[in-house]
Amino acid sequence: MDPGPPVVIRGLNHWFGAGEARKQALYDIDLTIARGSLTAVVGPSGSGKTTVLTLVGCLREVQEGSVRLLGHELRHAKPNLLMLLRRRLGFIFQAHNLHDSLTAIENVRMGLQVHGAMDPRREIEAAGHALALLGLADRMDYLPANLSGGQKQRVAIARALVGNPDLILADEPTAALDRESGSNVVDILMRLGKARGTTTIMVTHDGRILDRADRIVTLEEGRIVADTAPFAG
Amino acid sequence: MRWIIARLFGRLPIGWLQLTHSRTRFASALAGVAFANVLVFVQLGLMSSMATATLRPYSFFRADVMISAPDADSLTEGGNVARQWLLQALADPEVEAGIGLFLGNVTWHLPGKGLVLTTFGVDPAASGFLAPDIAAKAGVLSMRNAGLLDRLSRGLPRETAAAIRPQTPLSFEVSGDTVTLYDTFAGGGGFSGDGHMVVSDQTFLGLFPARSSAAPDHLLLRVVPGADPVVVAERLRDLVSDKSLRIRTYAAAGREDLVYQQTRRPTGIIFGFGVVIGILVGLVIVYQVLSTDVADHLGEYATFKAMGYPPRFFLGVVLEEALVLGIFGFLPGLGLGTALLALMAQATTLPLQMTATMALSVFVGTIVFSMLSGVLATRRLAAADPADLF
Repeated sequence: MDPGPPVVIRGLNHWFGAGEARKQALYDIDLTIARGSLTAVVGPSGSGKTTVLTLVGCLREVQEGSVRLLGHELRHAKPNLLMLLRRRLGFIFQAHNLHDSLTAIENVRMGLQVHGAMDPRREIEAAGHALALLGLADRMDYLPANLSGGQKQRVAIARALVGNPDLILADEPTAALDRESGSNVVDILMRLGKARGTTTIMVTHDGRILDRADRIVTLEEGRIVADTAPFAG
Repeated sequence: MRWIIARLFGRLPIGWLQLTHSRTRFASALAGVAFANVLVFVQLGLMSSMATATLRPYSFFRADVMISAPDADSLTEGGNVARQWLLQALADPEVEAGIGLFLGNVTWHLPGKGLVLTTFGVDPAASGFLAPDIAAKAGVLSMRNAGLLDRLSRGLPRETAAAIRPQTPLSFEVSGDTVTLYDTFAGGGGFSGDGHMVVSDQTFLGLFPARSSAAPDHLLLRVVPGADPVVVAERLRDLVSDKSLRIRTYAAAGREDLVYQQTRRPTGIIFGFGVVIGILVGLVIVYQVLSTDVADHLGEYATFKAMGYPPRFFLGVVLEEALVLGIFGFLPGLGLGTALLALMAQATTLPLQMTATMALSVFVGTIVFSMLSGVLATRRLAAADPADLF
């Protein structure tokens, strides 16, 4: 049975503040994201890209309209459901936020331990595999302080991917990476989409990604002003 | 340690790793907890020694009921009791015997220092009211101006005490009288005196000419075998004409004396405050360490929140840190506290020592208060908003 699109947004409005200080961030957004696709969200600063990501990522409360994530309505959803849904997501933040006292492999294991107790050997094996995929096989036992900015970002990506998420939400994931590493990350995300149906929504301005994205959604002042599928048809 | 915590919590030992990541910071945090422990140990040691010192004189006598003046909050304080009440008390069929107990301080001037001896005057014929160790030597007390000396008196040279024997008595001057010490017993210095001396009531009255044989400080009574001292004391409160007198069992008198020393005397209150301050210092130190640690890792905690870690995970990490600080801070605190109490005991001859009960109660207290600090510190986690990560 087709589980349906992982993200369906209808009539989404969102604002910050109240009364005189109220500032509308999103206006009547409608968006359906296909399973296994890589969608790039672009737009100038303050256009609402990040707000969309945080709403889809269950990190903010849906105020008006509807967001269905992996078959669940997020508006009025209970905190426990939101927490459980977040475990099915992979977050890649611009700031890597690695734990400074955990080694690279331990940071990645945190992406597995959120799902509950697991045989430590299997956990280490899976985390090691994820790091190796990102070219960090020889940096597994390094603390973040001993890794370069790009290497840290790749550890954070490995942490997001290791739990086999249904949806990856990424904010400029390749900004800190060199050309080859950035390209490798995009390869991995696209391979995951094809092989496992993992969907990716990514805020980016990286031309290398835009060239390969299945779909590019452009936001301006809280509205979708363009929605293109470069490789369709 | 990592392995133990990982097994205990079923996850990576994040708290342990976080704490030990900066060795210097970890060491200073442990030093802080240890310092608070030492503070508590010293104050508890002083309180405990006060209890020992307070109850020690009671152990010199064997009695079931004690009659004291209305203002006699402790053994050494308060007015006198008329001997006539002893006669009334003896009318009770379950009161077997009674004596008057006299108390006063004499100063033995040793070269360079004065030894304050709490002196007890008792009827030497009633040796059944004396502790066995003292009763065995009480025969000499029937001699005029004879005394038994507390050989553990503070400031008394050990060799001097050891030389005191019936065959080699030692004499000293008190208010123009000569007291001859024929033997010794084990006591020790307290908060109100350097040691103790037991003399006959007649010798006592000679040393304190202002005192009258008709008005001892306390009346000690022994009940007949099988009688309940509580019941007898209750009955005596009706029987004795002076209703203002304090008629209590001997055990209750000791307990009330202790409560008085610890809650109404300045020294007891100060020691009690010392314990509270030690606990507060520990609480503040652990809270400060943990809340700083939480604040330093807000970004990482927000990331874990975004990943779907539940609130109990964060509480677990902070409590793990609290546990580590509590346990590892306690151990040096215990070592230092023990050494410090031993040093203080040597310097003051107060009964200061680390006891298993003290160590255990401070350990449990350290863990509980560390955990409490941890719970308070988790309030800062609310500031970790994963939406801010994007």
